[in-house]
Amino acid sequence: MNYARVLRGAAGVAGFLAVAELVGLSGLVDDRFLPRMSVVLGAAAGLVADPDFLADAGATLTVWALGLLLTVALAVPAGLLLGTLPRAEAAVRPLIEFLRPIPSVAVIPLAILLFSDNLHLKLAVIVYAASWPVLINTIYGLKDVDPLAKETLRSFGFGPIPVLARVALPSAAPFIATGIRVASGIAVILAISAELMAGGSEGVGVYITEAASGSRIDLMLAATLWAGLFGLVADVVMVAVERRLFRWHHVRTGGAR
Amino acid sequence: MLKITDLVHSYGPHRVLGGVSLSVAEGELVSVVGPSGCGKSTLLRSVAGLIRPSGGRITLGGQPVERTPDDLAIVFQDYSRSLFPWMSAANNVALPLRRKGLDRKQRREAAMAALDQVGLADAGNKYPWEMSGGMQQRVSIARALAYRPSLLLMDEPFGSVDAQTREDLEDLVLNVCAHHGMTILLITHDIDESVYVGDRVVVLTKSPTVVAADLVIDLGRIRDQIATRQLDAFVRLRAEVGRLVRGGGTGHTTESTSVLEKK
Ligand SMILES: Nc1ncnc2c1ncn2[C@@H]1O[C@H](COP(=O)(O)OP(=O)(O)OP(=O)(O)O)[C@@H](O)[C@H]1O
Ligand SMILES: [Mg+2]
Repeated sequence: MNYARVLRGAAGVAGFLAVAELVGLSGLVDDRFLPRMSVVLGAAAGLVADPDFLADAGATLTVWALGLLLTVALAVPAGLLLGTLPRAEAAVRPLIEFLRPIPSVAVIPLAILLFSDNLHLKLAVIVYAASWPVLINTIYGLKDVDPLAKETLRSFGFGPIPVLARVALPSAAPFIATGIRVASGIAVILAISAELMAGGSEGVGVYITEAASGSRIDLMLAATLWAGLFGLVADVVMVAVERRLFRWHHVRTGGAR
Repeated sequence: MLKITDLVHSYGPHRVLGGVSLSVAEGELVSVVGPSGCGKSTLLRSVAGLIRPSGGRITLGGQPVERTPDDLAIVFQDYSRSLFPWMSAANNVALPLRRKGLDRKQRREAAMAALDQVGLADAGNKYPWEMSGGMQQRVSIARALAYRPSLLLMDEPFGSVDAQTREDLEDLVLNVCAHHGMTILLITHDIDESVYVGDRVVVLTKSPTVVAADLVIDLGRIRDQIATRQLDAFVRLRAEVGRLVRGGGTGHTTESTSVLEKK
């Protein structure tokens, strides 16, 4: 990501905010329904010092992190297993292809019925939804491993497990990392969706629901803004980590300079 | 040590090896020459247990080769794909040494020594994708030599380096082979090279491939890049291998169809 691109992106955002503000000022939109942009931004700044919101944000962050961790802990080994056992993969492939396109948010009502514990409910829907990209990318990454690289280690007398650990896994790691990054975005969406739909005592979703019931649309939008910003920052950080860690991969595929 | 009997291999309906028989004694360096596509790499992969040949027998020290034999190293023709891009050159060389029970420090030292031998003393921290083809090829040679296998298989190992480096590497392989009693099967397209490094030269036919000739190179074990190549015996042997590769019999030239695509 170079400087000029960042600058252009910032200009785009600033332009959007300015237009939104102008629309608000022009009186085209009743600002009881849609507060002016400056009001929303002010509210967003205010939230940083609001202990209620901070507690909710902390709760959502915790659920997000736990959910992502669980996702990685489950989906990566599952992907490794399916990626190395083509027959098992062939057996579960139709199931994956059927379940994956179902909008993840649609499983939340089911989860509400199944789980009595609010945290379990949220973690379950996050893991369900976020596992797909990790699983698929892990399987794909393993299929993409150069057979000659594996044969090289085999020829030096390494068995199947060391070959998996020392060649297949590092070689698939960039794909797995991309899957985890996508999963991170999904986890944010599912965490907040679950909070919105299932309620509970804490979380950004709960904060938004409460702001709505108090007709505080400015606070609703401000909280939403923070959620979006968090997703963005998480993504940018992960892209940077990927570039650093997997420079060998990006250089070869021409993805980075 | 290595004994190949009536080795046959087909890819689908395409018969590549048509009954190759060949044996290699302990400590011997056997060069294999043959036209492009005749199945030299296939032969090597069969010996390494990486593919299961359609027919024939391969024994190593009397034991049939069913999986990858212990104590073997290969320099693959496709050297760049056989290096691990996520590891530095030194780590690439050091990795197989885990099998030798060396600790981290010993592995590092052995790797640096091997890189030094192939003229890459300063490139240990470079990654394969930061290196030229010739450098990558030398890393993969260093990796095989550092492993000190009892059987070393080399598939056109010097194809991407300049003439001077090539001569140095030929001598390096001869030295290491002599010092550590390695048995080497070396595939090459270069007739001159096959005679210079070989104790024997095995000439293969077009596929379905059989052994066209198996020549003993009686030039002694000590070879010298200049003196050896000037010997009458060397010149004679080189001419003979050249004729055989072109499909002629010993001592006379037949049709000039060049079956050797690249030299
Ligand atoms: N995995 C494979 N599947 C199908 N055909 C193959 C495969 N590997 C090699 N072949 C075919 O077998 C023949 C011999 O291939 P091989 O690589 O052993 O030849 P080679 O003598 O090493 O050639 P070169 O000198 O060009 O390296 C070729 O015709 C090739 O197309
Ligand atoms: Mg070949």
